[in-house]
Amino acid sequence: MPKSPLLMLNKTLHISTSPHLVKGVSTDQIMLNVVLALLPVAVFSVYAFGLNALLLLTTTTLACVLTELGLCRLASQASTVADWSAVITGLLLGLTLPPIFPLWMAGVGGVIAIALGKFIFGGLGYNVFNPALVGRAFLQAAFPAAITTWYPSFLPDRFEHLAGSVLTFPLLAPQVDGISGATPLAAFKFEQVTTATSDLFLGLTSGSAGETCALLILLGGLYLAARNMLNWRIPLAVLGSAFLLSGILYLVDSQVYPSPVFMLFSGGLLLGAVFMATDMVASPLTPLGVVIYGAVIGFLTIIIRIWGGLPEGVMYAILLANALSPHIDQWLQPRVYGTTKKPAP
Amino acid sequence: MKLFNFRSNTFRHGVHPPAHKSETSGLPIRQFPFAPLLVLPAAQHIGTPSAIIVREGQEVTRGQVLAEAVGYVSVPLHAPVSGTVRKLANVPTLGGKMVPGIYLEAFPFSTQEVLTTTPIHVETASAEDILQGIQNAGIVGLGGAGFPTHVKLKVPEGKTCEVLLINGIECEPYLTTDHRVMLEQADAIFQGIRYLMKATGAQRTIIGVEANKQDAADHLAARIPAGAPIAVAVMPVKYPQGAEKMLVTSVLGVEVPSGGLPIDVGAIVVNIATTAEIGRLLPYGRGIQERVITITGPGVKKKGNYLIPIGTPLRFVLEQVGVTDTISEVYLGGPMMGTAVSNLDISIVKGTSGVVVFTEEAVRADQHIYPCIKCGACLAACPISLNPSKLGILAKFEAYDEMATHHHLMDCFECGACSYVCPSHIPLVQYFRLSKSIVRKRQNAQKPAADA
Repeated sequence: MPKSPLLMLNKTLHISTSPHLVKGVSTDQIMLNVVLALLPVAVFSVYAFGLNALLLLTTTTLACVLTELGLCRLASQASTVADWSAVITGLLLGLTLPPIFPLWMAGVGGVIAIALGKFIFGGLGYNVFNPALVGRAFLQAAFPAAITTWYPSFLPDRFEHLAGSVLTFPLLAPQVDGISGATPLAAFKFEQVTTATSDLFLGLTSGSAGETCALLILLGGLYLAARNMLNWRIPLAVLGSAFLLSGILYLVDSQVYPSPVFMLFSGGLLLGAVFMATDMVASPLTPLGVVIYGAVIGFLTIIIRIWGGLPEGVMYAILLANALSPHIDQWLQPRVYGTTKKPAP
Repeated sequence: MKLFNFRSNTFRHGVHPPAHKSETSGLPIRQFPFAPLLVLPAAQHIGTPSAIIVREGQEVTRGQVLAEAVGYVSVPLHAPVSGTVRKLANVPTLGGKMVPGIYLEAFPFSTQEVLTTTPIHVETASAEDILQGIQNAGIVGLGGAGFPTHVKLKVPEGKTCEVLLINGIECEPYLTTDHRVMLEQADAIFQGIRYLMKATGAQRTIIGVEANKQDAADHLAARIPAGAPIAVAVMPVKYPQGAEKMLVTSVLGVEVPSGGLPIDVGAIVVNIATTAEIGRLLPYGRGIQERVITITGPGVKKKGNYLIPIGTPLRFVLEQVGVTDTISEVYLGGPMMGTAVSNLDISIVKGTSGVVVFTEEAVRADQHIYPCIKCGACLAACPISLNPSKLGILAKFEAYDEMATHHHLMDCFECGACSYVCPSHIPLVQYFRLSKSIVRKRQNAQKPAADA
């Protein structure tokens, strides 16, 4: 064979299978962006509720991250903290709790959220329910009094003074401060007092640490939807169906039932619709499935709020819809190209 | 009755990878020099390998048959250059397999005139004559599949070809081969269409072009022979528009049945470069000796569209165009479906549509694979509406049979859109390729038992 003076690459060529291009958005980036979208809500929470909220959010986030770290070590697997999902769970859990919630209870909630909400199913991607809501559901059942003890926002001494219940010693019942501020929903349910929509929108009311300012929650949602990191159909379906049902009821009897606008902007509906119902893992995959899922959440929330024993129903609505979502997916498998029948479930 | 026609002129889903086509789309096709030694695998098509009919030391003329077709699903191989057969031996191929082939040394001072045989006249030839002529010319799908074109054009008993679709979509990023062919070989394309319409009995022809090649679409539309039932359809830019089934859906608005071929809905799809080659070769009874290839990518110095003799070693090609020091990965075909080269000693074959050279910076880094977060991006990307998320989980648990029976695995044509969008970097299409081959193997293993 004549030796040809050809290009002699003394380099090893890289080999991979196609496609050789990737879109460039990765799971950890999506999670980090959710954290970024939550930050303004968290900052507002600290602004409104002072040191109480700051300690609460720090506690839940730390509890979640440390639990994830510890469990990964226990299971002798690589740490998954770097995917940011534990931080999201921690922040969300803190934001759904009353600002003066005892810290030790909040910490327990964080541990439960990660351990029983996520890790036990196999970690990120395998959780059936939104982990933060699993933690909160546990706290609701375990500490029904503490989780319904509210606190007024924008107290003048909120940056110097902690509410008495916050530093309750573990396993002791929290002492009551005497100061309390009913949430708009509780005020309506038990005292038939409505709150001005502008107050709800700007967050001038009492409530869970992160649910008060509708404006910032919506902005965070818009940011994520614009970056294609949030399925906008879910919040739209949740809010649309909640508006529809409460609107019908309002038309039937506006003396008994609150206005749909009040229903949308009060309580945790917005926070739940934008940041918790949209948990990718626990929501359906198909566009139609997502709309059904969202509608279930919206309707259930209103039904629980109006006819249930609790003033707020978002948490149970989302958890129930989470349980439904694999079934919704199974019913709504897309029709495969070139076939007439849907794939068997 | 269609009261409302909401059908858009495209298929469901799809992705939009960065095109990178402007780097070469303006560069005219240039003739590539002959390599001193060509390496020709005898089998450059899907089907029975051709039988070599030359011996070592024999002098051959450019265009002379080197290997004959064996049976129906096979095509001959012609000499891309006048020269001497140096050796008959196994030669390396893209897949890594060594196959029988020919080392052909070019005459340094030959005029390189191409041998002409019996022409096929489009006016007088019968459909059978044309199909035979296409087989004799050694033509296979130049889009990359390498399936013998005459087999594809043969309309099965009981079916009719109503429309001929010419595929000028070229949805792979980086590649501009078809774009240049459309701009520079319009006459050959229309000549080829005449042959193809006669061979298939199609009543009309639609040339599908993606909107990023509007100039080519306009160029072709302005040159449609008067009275010819030919139309140019401009399609929105979307990957994988160029897949046969997707093109049928985009242009005709019907779906090819699962497991079927476009002929099942009365269509035959032919690649535009293949069409041009038919129009160029058949009037002279010649065989295919060269093809247009885009050589591009961040690692190439002289990017462009080149007319390269079949059998030119890849090493020679890269040496001629020049590569940067940081060259790291070389693909034959486009970056979405092309194959990474493990050995630069392989050569250009009939199905090679492009050579893309990536540098160290451009190569996809080994990314961390996260669990599936059920974001649904793959469902929104899959052009045939599979559930790649579910399929990926089943593949991980090796539930291959369930993938095929319950989730239409075998309909996947491996476009890679799912892997492209997956934020968790799960190797979905790679899983599916493996799963498909395992399912096929199992089905083949069951066949003899069923026959007995």
